[in-house]
Amino acid sequence: MNLTLDQITHRYSGMPVLQEISLEIPAGEILCIVGPSGCGKSTLLRLIGGLEKPDEGQVLQLGTPPEGCLNPLTYVFQDFALLPWRTVGGNISLVLEDHGIKGRAADAIIDDVLARTKLSDFRKALPRQLSGGMKQRVAIARALAVNPAVMLLDEPLSALDAQTRELLMDDLLALWTRAPFTAVYVTHNLNEAVRLGHRIAVLSRRPGRVREVVEIDIPLAERHAGLARLDEVQAHLWGLMRDEAMAADQELLDV
Amino acid sequence: MSDATLPGEPRATAARPVPFRGGGFRPEAKRGVGLMVFVVLLLVIEWGTRAGWIGNLTLPRPSDVGATLWDLAASGRLWEHLGPSLSRLAVGSLLGVTTGIAVGVAIGLFSYARAGLVPLVAAIFPIPKIALLPLFVIWFGIDEPSKYALIALGTFTPTVTSTYGAVDNVDRTLIRMGQSFGLSWWSIVSKIVLPGALPGILSGLRVSLAIGIILLVAAEMLGAEYGIGAYVLQAGALYDLERLFAGVVILSVIGVLVSWLIGLAEKRLLRWRG
Ligand SMILES: Nc1ncnc2c1ncn2[C@@H]1O[C@H](COP(=O)(O)OP(=O)(O)OP(=O)(O)O)[C@@H](O)[C@H]1O
Ligand SMILES: [Mg+2]
Repeated sequence: MNLTLDQITHRYSGMPVLQEISLEIPAGEILCIVGPSGCGKSTLLRLIGGLEKPDEGQVLQLGTPPEGCLNPLTYVFQDFALLPWRTVGGNISLVLEDHGIKGRAADAIIDDVLARTKLSDFRKALPRQLSGGMKQRVAIARALAVNPAVMLLDEPLSALDAQTRELLMDDLLALWTRAPFTAVYVTHNLNEAVRLGHRIAVLSRRPGRVREVVEIDIPLAERHAGLARLDEVQAHLWGLMRDEAMAADQELLDV
Repeated sequence: MSDATLPGEPRATAARPVPFRGGGFRPEAKRGVGLMVFVVLLLVIEWGTRAGWIGNLTLPRPSDVGATLWDLAASGRLWEHLGPSLSRLAVGSLLGVTTGIAVGVAIGLFSYARAGLVPLVAAIFPIPKIALLPLFVIWFGIDEPSKYALIALGTFTPTVTSTYGAVDNVDRTLIRMGQSFGLSWWSIVSKIVLPGALPGILSGLRVSLAIGIILLVAAEMLGAEYGIGAYVLQAGALYDLERLFAGVVILSVIGVLVSWLIGLAEKRLLRWRG
């Protein structure tokens, strides 16, 4: 299933936040979105996932979601959004219950996704007993459980420390290599963007427009820290972003 | 050869531990302290009444109150009073609390319920319910129903207020999460909103039920032969301080018991908070 964003413009109380955004999200690819703070990245993700309606333009779904897909557009949130009163297993079964998947069938799915995110031993743990990295892995496991056509990740690693982030990035890469998924990945971190993104869309400061879409033709599995080409792209991205970020910062000071 | 001291820094000053200034602001469960406070207070009053610096019209002697309580229990008349009182409290507050939670959740979820009912609740809340007792007697008769109604109304308003506050405080990102996974409206309410509001609802219940106990006495002012409230009021009318205080002690004990039960419910239902 492919997604197409067609000329999306969105305003909050008259103030444009996103302007004429057009992007392609082909199946099996990770599209990273970077941009200065407040340029509307989270808003764009909410529009893509149907949590909000764009003022103008539309988000189009091309083709049907694959067989067995319970929730085509599935989010992974920056702050994990786990129910504190449910165990790890319970948090995953939450999203299965409404599809009538209970008992054995649910257990099988839960075991599978927990194994894929290396959490099998923590099925009965409560969120407060987990570290930040583990909580985000639970959230990823929960997203995998509904077999999404497109994963929408809003700064999924931003709440984590640098080491945990590195490890989770490897986990995401491994997950993708085993079974390629489609994803829109919003981040502040250019290093994450060049490691995970097949394509990287750079947004300008508010109102967000697409400044450039950078394509990286190195397979995800072959990307690792210190690769010259990645550093090059990262420097290019930073060049694009720096002026925007500085200008955005200035704007906030002027308010 | 010098140590790595910064220029100008005085050397060889005495080493002192950094003063501790953390801690506090986190009350812990201290066993027996509550009981100690009661015991000390009672001993002081006992001493005062015996020594004479508390007049016997100011406060009754705790030991006399104890004896009165003992007589009451031994003669079996305690249950004559306690039974009706407890059933009134149970029925009345059950009615008030369940409707209060239902209305509170509705206010928390629906714009029209909020717009329409919040002012109404705010208008009902400050009315002294005791003042409405004659009205209830006309509506429901002098028997039990008017007492149930009074207690129900009295527990209803604080329950509504605390419930919709608790629903408002449920983490919106959790609700967004539920929507993003396509959960049904009912699933979001029952699996996300209600459990998230439960801590607030339970702590609101403490206030509601205490008000219920206060109104129990008020309800028994009119046309009740039996009941702790009736017992206290009769004693008060006769200036029988021992019996008055015996009744007050029983009310306090009911209050402590109710609060303990809620504490128990919190421990069991909110284990996830750790
Ligand atoms: N629900 C809302 N109502 C009104 N304004 C909003 C709302 N959500 C976001 N905004 C505004 O829209 C702009 C874009 O917000 P958004 O959260 O999408 O930015 P972002 O790129 O995700 O920022 P960050 O990098 O800080 O996460 C901001 O100026 C924000 O104040
Ligand atoms: Mg954001």
